[in-house]
Amino acid sequence: MESVKPLLEVKNLHTHFFTKTGVVRAVDGVNFDVKPGETLGIVGESGSGKSITAMSILGLIPSPPGRIVDGEILFKGEDLLKKSENQMRQIRGKEISMVFQDPMTSLNPVFSVEKQMVETVLAHEKVTKKQARDRAIELLNLVGIPDPSKRVKNYPHEFSGGMRQRVMIAMALACNPSLLIADEPTTALDVTIQAQILELFKKMQKELDMAIIMITHDLGVVAEVCDRVLVMYAGKPAEFTDTKKLFDQGKHPYTLGLMNSIPKISPNKEKLIPITGLPPNLGDLPKGCSFAPRCKHVMDSCLSIDPTLQEIDENHFVRCLLYEESKKAVTT
Amino acid sequence: MLKYITSRLLMLIPVLIGVSILAFSLIHLVPGDPARSILGEKATAAQLEALRNELGLNDPYVVQYGRFLGHILQGDLGKSIQSKESIGVELIQKLPATIELAIFAMVIAIVIGVLAGVIAAVKQYSWFDNISMTVSLFGVSLPIFWLGLMMIWIFSVTFNILPPSGRLTTGVELNTITNFYLLDSILTGNWVALKDAFLHLLMPGIALATIPMAIIARMTRSSMLEVMRQDYIRTANAKGLRKTIIIFQHALKNASLPVLTVVGLQFGLLLGGAVLTESIFSWPGVGRYVYLAVLGRDYPVVQSTILVIAAIFVFVNLITDILYKYLDPRIKYE
Ligand SMILES: Nc1ncnc2c1ncn2[C@@H]1O[C@H](COP(=O)(O)OP(=O)(O)OP(=O)(O)O)[C@@H](O)[C@H]1O
Ligand SMILES: [Mg+2]
Repeated sequence: MESVKPLLEVKNLHTHFFTKTGVVRAVDGVNFDVKPGETLGIVGESGSGKSITAMSILGLIPSPPGRIVDGEILFKGEDLLKKSENQMRQIRGKEISMVFQDPMTSLNPVFSVEKQMVETVLAHEKVTKKQARDRAIELLNLVGIPDPSKRVKNYPHEFSGGMRQRVMIAMALACNPSLLIADEPTTALDVTIQAQILELFKKMQKELDMAIIMITHDLGVVAEVCDRVLVMYAGKPAEFTDTKKLFDQGKHPYTLGLMNSIPKISPNKEKLIPITGLPPNLGDLPKGCSFAPRCKHVMDSCLSIDPTLQEIDENHFVRCLLYEESKKAVTT
Repeated sequence: MLKYITSRLLMLIPVLIGVSILAFSLIHLVPGDPARSILGEKATAAQLEALRNELGLNDPYVVQYGRFLGHILQGDLGKSIQSKESIGVELIQKLPATIELAIFAMVIAIVIGVLAGVIAAVKQYSWFDNISMTVSLFGVSLPIFWLGLMMIWIFSVTFNILPPSGRLTTGVELNTITNFYLLDSILTGNWVALKDAFLHLLMPGIALATIPMAIIARMTRSSMLEVMRQDYIRTANAKGLRKTIIIFQHALKNASLPVLTVVGLQFGLLLGGAVLTESIFSWPGVGRYVYLAVLGRDYPVVQSTILVIAAIFVFVNLITDILYKYLDPRIKYE
């Protein structure tokens, strides 16, 4: 596993929004990598920059006001930030595809499922309409939509939420991508449907051998499907490691806080301890560590020094002064 | 669908009865005397009285209205008091003129209005957006008669490149089949008449198109801006579709729903006869026909024509609704 070349490497990514009221540092120094065939989870509270990270990878940051101001996004060794819009268009939906949170609004209401799937295939592959149509039916069958050759003619409003998300997934799989980014794909669904969709992701990954970035704010989902996890806070990585390690030996106070606030994961099931306070305003970040105002282990130095991501153990990165030996020494 | 259309057509009956009562009351409320306007100032009281009797104007209103309705139900629109011609026959001449002008104006308004609206939305806050939206703001409030007179003054009087009035230059021959001159000249392969009719349509068409064009442009822009923010547009981008496909298919089809409402309404209004435009350009359509009939207190013409216009208006609305269904599969008509 160690020697495998990463499929995607995000290095020092900074995506900022230049608004009238100031610069919003939505993504501010994010590093991670995705290996072929693995599932990487990205967790964090609302507004922590998960979606903006994903949109940065696809080159879909609305500009203005957004701009990627620094960093590299290496996909199969090539920097996506150096590609032209035309080249990016050929990657979107073919090499890297995406499934969004709300299946009720993510499909175009005025086009049939067939039209929306066929156009995706035709945008990237030299096939006839007939072949594209057959492919659409095959994909719908693959994601578990009953009677696909008939259902393909239907419009989005004729499907339930769970079924629509299956359609979205089928559409994302249309060109056999090597990376699928799923942005909170189950958040808008019923609990029972959520489990089915997660199962579907696992099954598809096995069958099609693709990597998945699973964006979620639900550690339960992480435990269910992810190999590794990136915990994000206020646009920055907080912790990055294997799923198992995160749950067994999670280090960052924010990670621990997240775990303690989730019923399924919390070791002492009776006592749920929510993280107090709110995430900072990304347009006006405090000096030092942005988690400091909410941190139970806050030290004086946290208010002035912004920590860097440290490898505290093999494949276990934490961005916290508690684990930054040199700086910790200064304060004690 | 068929059931829906039938029920809509049945609903037409009460609407038309209402309109017929309204048209009848309005024209009879307006002071004035048809007999006087036919016989002129010098007619004696006895002559006037005789003509009024002959026209049935001395009968009680209920009787007059009943007679009007009775004829309508037999498909008879009545006779003009002034020309003594059958109103039906006259309308067959005038309606195509109005419809042709309205369609011509609407095509201009839709093509330019939608295009400008789309570009303005896609390039929001650009110079194009600013200029086109400012111009359209003026367009909405532009006095048509002023615009019409200016155009005549510039293009007909000063440069003499466009005909100022009518549908055809006198001397240009055209065998009419449908009374739609563009269509007739194509059907008969008469290219001279085609060009002539087209040139005659230009100025009144543009004058008539201004207001709908401005409204359509503004509507398209705001509707497109709304749609471009939707999740499914993000999906379309993430699928790697071309910008042009995203804008003109995915976004525009959704954005066209509110625009269609405006188009239907405006088209209905134009079909009702653009009185002002038809007067300025001496366009022999229903607008001018009704206008002259009101002046001459030609009661039957006013009543019947308003009724026909109302029917057309409802019919255009029905077509709009059917188009809605085509554009938005979520709409169900039962
Ligand atoms: N167009 C924009 N203009 C200004 N700020 C923006 C814009 N889009 C996003 N942001 C900011 O970027 C930050 C990160 O947003 P992002 O959507 O990535 O959060 P997220 O982690 O996906 O949250 P959620 O769980 O709610 O989806 C937000 O705080 C938001 O204020
Ligand atoms: Mg998000």
